[in-house]
Amino acid sequence: MELNRQTAHELLDLLKNKKTTPEAILDSVHKQIQKSDKDVKAYVRLNQNKVDPKTANSRSVPIPIGIKDNMCILDEETTCSSRILKGFKAPYDATVIEKLKKSGAILIGNTNMDEFAMGSSTENSCYGATHNPWKLDCVPGGSSGGSAAAVAASEAIWAIGSDTGGSIRQPASFCGVVGLKPTYGRVSRYGLIAFASSLDQIGPITKDVTDSALLLNVIAGYDERDSTSVNAPVPDYRQALKNNVKGLKIGIPKEYFVQGLHPEVKNAVMAAIEALKNKGATFKKVSLPHTEYGIATYYITATSEASSNLARYDGVQYGIRELPKKTRKSPLLDMYDETRHVGFGAEVKRRIMLGTYSLSSGYYDAYYLKGLKVRTLIKNDFDKLFSEFDALIGPTSPTTAFKIGDKVNDPLSMYLSDIYTVSANLSGIPAISVPCGFSKERLPIGLQIMAKPFAEEMLFRIAYTYEQNTDWHKQSVNL
Amino acid sequence: MTIAAKQKYETVIGLEVHLQLNTATKIFCGCANKFGEAPNTLTCPVCLGLPGSLPVVNAKALEYAMKVGLALNCKVNPFVKFDRKNYFYPDCPKAYQISQFDLPICSNGYLMIETEEGEAKEIRINRAHLEEDAGKLIHDDKNNCSLVDYNRTGTPLMEIVTEPDLRSAQEAYNYLQNLKLTLQYLNVSDCDMEKGSLRCDANISIRPMGAIKLGTKTELKNMNSFKAVKAGLEHEIHRHMAALESGQAIIQETRLWDETRAMTFAMRSKEEAHDYRYFPEPDLVPFMMEGAAIETTRKSLPELPAKKRERLMEQYRVSAYDANILIQDPALADFFEECSKHYKDTKTICNWINGPLMKELNTRKTRLADIGLRPEDFTVLMHKVNEGILSNLAAKDILRFMIDTQRSVDTIIEEKGLAQVSDDSTLEKLVQELIKEHHNIAEQIRNGKESAIGFLVGQAMRKSQGKANPKKIGGLIKKLLT
Repeated sequence: MELNRQTAHELLDLLKNKKTTPEAILDSVHKQIQKSDKDVKAYVRLNQNKVDPKTANSRSVPIPIGIKDNMCILDEETTCSSRILKGFKAPYDATVIEKLKKSGAILIGNTNMDEFAMGSSTENSCYGATHNPWKLDCVPGGSSGGSAAAVAASEAIWAIGSDTGGSIRQPASFCGVVGLKPTYGRVSRYGLIAFASSLDQIGPITKDVTDSALLLNVIAGYDERDSTSVNAPVPDYRQALKNNVKGLKIGIPKEYFVQGLHPEVKNAVMAAIEALKNKGATFKKVSLPHTEYGIATYYITATSEASSNLARYDGVQYGIRELPKKTRKSPLLDMYDETRHVGFGAEVKRRIMLGTYSLSSGYYDAYYLKGLKVRTLIKNDFDKLFSEFDALIGPTSPTTAFKIGDKVNDPLSMYLSDIYTVSANLSGIPAISVPCGFSKERLPIGLQIMAKPFAEEMLFRIAYTYEQNTDWHKQSVNL
Repeated sequence: MTIAAKQKYETVIGLEVHLQLNTATKIFCGCANKFGEAPNTLTCPVCLGLPGSLPVVNAKALEYAMKVGLALNCKVNPFVKFDRKNYFYPDCPKAYQISQFDLPICSNGYLMIETEEGEAKEIRINRAHLEEDAGKLIHDDKNNCSLVDYNRTGTPLMEIVTEPDLRSAQEAYNYLQNLKLTLQYLNVSDCDMEKGSLRCDANISIRPMGAIKLGTKTELKNMNSFKAVKAGLEHEIHRHMAALESGQAIIQETRLWDETRAMTFAMRSKEEAHDYRYFPEPDLVPFMMEGAAIETTRKSLPELPAKKRERLMEQYRVSAYDANILIQDPALADFFEECSKHYKDTKTICNWINGPLMKELNTRKTRLADIGLRPEDFTVLMHKVNEGILSNLAAKDILRFMIDTQRSVDTIIEEKGLAQVSDDSTLEKLVQELIKEHHNIAEQIRNGKESAIGFLVGQAMRKSQGKANPKKIGGLIKKLLT
């Protein structure tokens, strides 16, 4: 048995029955990384982990995990795959990292991402692109592409990602794994290096729904260090794993099945709906009338916040500091300009400029403020439907994974691959992507399920039922 | 400039005060809020603005802000919202300052001041909002570099902005004095301009008397003491008037007060005007304060100086002059009230507080709270003088010994032998000795020159080391010589 190809809950059973050891699991993961990561390039940094046999037994979840390179780990380098943060070692653990360490998790390494989580393909990285394990000349999606690819390639048992506009769900969909964006406020953002503060949320990327619930159990909860985390009780999400959707009412937003949706993706999603119908759920076509404004609203809100969040990378305290050869303005301004010129990639610069523009005096009302208002309308659309429906269902992304390099020079078409995912971030609701089939080219397709705030249990219940009655999640790549 | 020219113009001043709140910890993290520690020792990921860190509002800072607002008669907004003010500067580690933009916690208040003519005047407060302070830059010319100390970064600040209601430098000075006194009563800030815990910028313009439209304003900064505010404003007003009188235009700009050269000069032109790109701080979700919070705070406010002054005058029949001195330190006023329980004559208490006691405090550069003087001991002095046991002079000496040694009045009298001598036979002997020694003077008194009695009394006091009862001595001299 190849241990690294098992799920975490299977491994925990094996550990419980003394059929394996944490050392053996970690060893199998390390071997896989050695074998395939030169092709996949999921990791940007590996920690030299050794399992301490004395503490291994007392650890509840000694499972090797990949961490997206935007979460602070005490005394380890964290860079957001950006040149500007090269050499930055956080003097503290992110709350999620603290919780993982406490649970006994073995942090294997940091996974690649689009720089500062800005992108949908994990091509915008100062370390180079990550490749999709299912087809190495395709992108793994993004921005948590490294985490999704690591799990798909069995280079990690599970992984942590962050989702600002689809950055967990879209790569999960592209890589054939399960990705959950929890409700905004469910998981602490303390120590997550911000892209867009009002949209960012940390979540699990796993091989199946059971692991997703297990990992959410570890990381969820109120944190007094994060004012946006919500002080609501955290249920045991394993209890939600019920093979039963009888009587559930699920809406199918018609705006998610329009032009641009690839027929193969549409067919797979319709088949998934059929499967759930057979298990007793009822479906109805519904409307989210403001969907078409989602991408515009998202890109105004996210870039505005990002322009402010990323202003601190100025060469003063940490990361790189660059000075031009010749003085241009003043030593200080020159340092700012040159550091940011050298440190940031093209997509990050593009978004900083967009956001700065939206917030500028004279444009604020027309862009940022208008964006806020439309955001409320989008949220209202969901609130209305959730008063009647238990969940909404549709595709995670309009297409399967595209070729590396295909969309690099066409930002707008790249932005559109998030068209079905941004609304969940704008409205703060939880959403999950689960594998629901393959294209003819054998690229994975993802099914997205959304529910009202703090209804992660509903997502798990529907996703678990679907998973129990299909075997997409059991198919994996062998690299 | 002629007086006529001065009378042609009306001065319009608005003040912006930055007040450091003396909460135990900073506004968005748990670091200590202290002055004078070694650089960068009071920091954490949050106030250093490290990647991934998040702010959390200090409830005490909110409470202090409410107190300030309520004391300044403001409307307190229960909906608390913060905004980001974006700008690049090394003293601002996040490259934005968390502040309040469109919804300040306090607005529409006022503070009463006294004008130069002694009339009461209301100075409207436009707003008072909460924000975080920046770090401190130190320019090291020797090594040609700049150093940053982040200890001050994230300490809670309140910005208190008046309407343009002040009409002279003196009014501005009076406003600041009153504001400082009010804030000291609340015990929310050290209000020390020299240490920077109270900083003041001013907007100044002048306009022809009777005009409605405001003139072009300049903003004046770098006034580091109350006196500097007055001097800087006076200078700037004069500069405006001189410019208009000679037909020059005022340029809207920021100017700095140079204390040593006693003049103002332009800081930078407005072409570098910042666009701060304010937007709601997404890391701090706006929230409603509990309904009772504002009322609870209102009830917890101490009696404020204006009220106290009024009450002291009414309840104890204290003069305006005395009341003004007493309210300068709430501890002093409390002390007075305690004393009045032990001694009936409040005028005498005032005289003792405003005279000898203030003198002792001033020479020691200390505050009442620090000298451990109890009202019951202090009033014993007045009783003893009244009963003729102590002379005024001796009582003042005893006060000094009391503060120095923390001993009781009686112990000191005994140790120093300072009790007043009123015993007739002892005093008569003393007077007879004096008559012998100064027979010329005695002769003059016998001849009706009463003014010479004072000389002999003085000699008696000297000989007795101040212990002789001067009234009795005077009586005895008269009895024996006339």
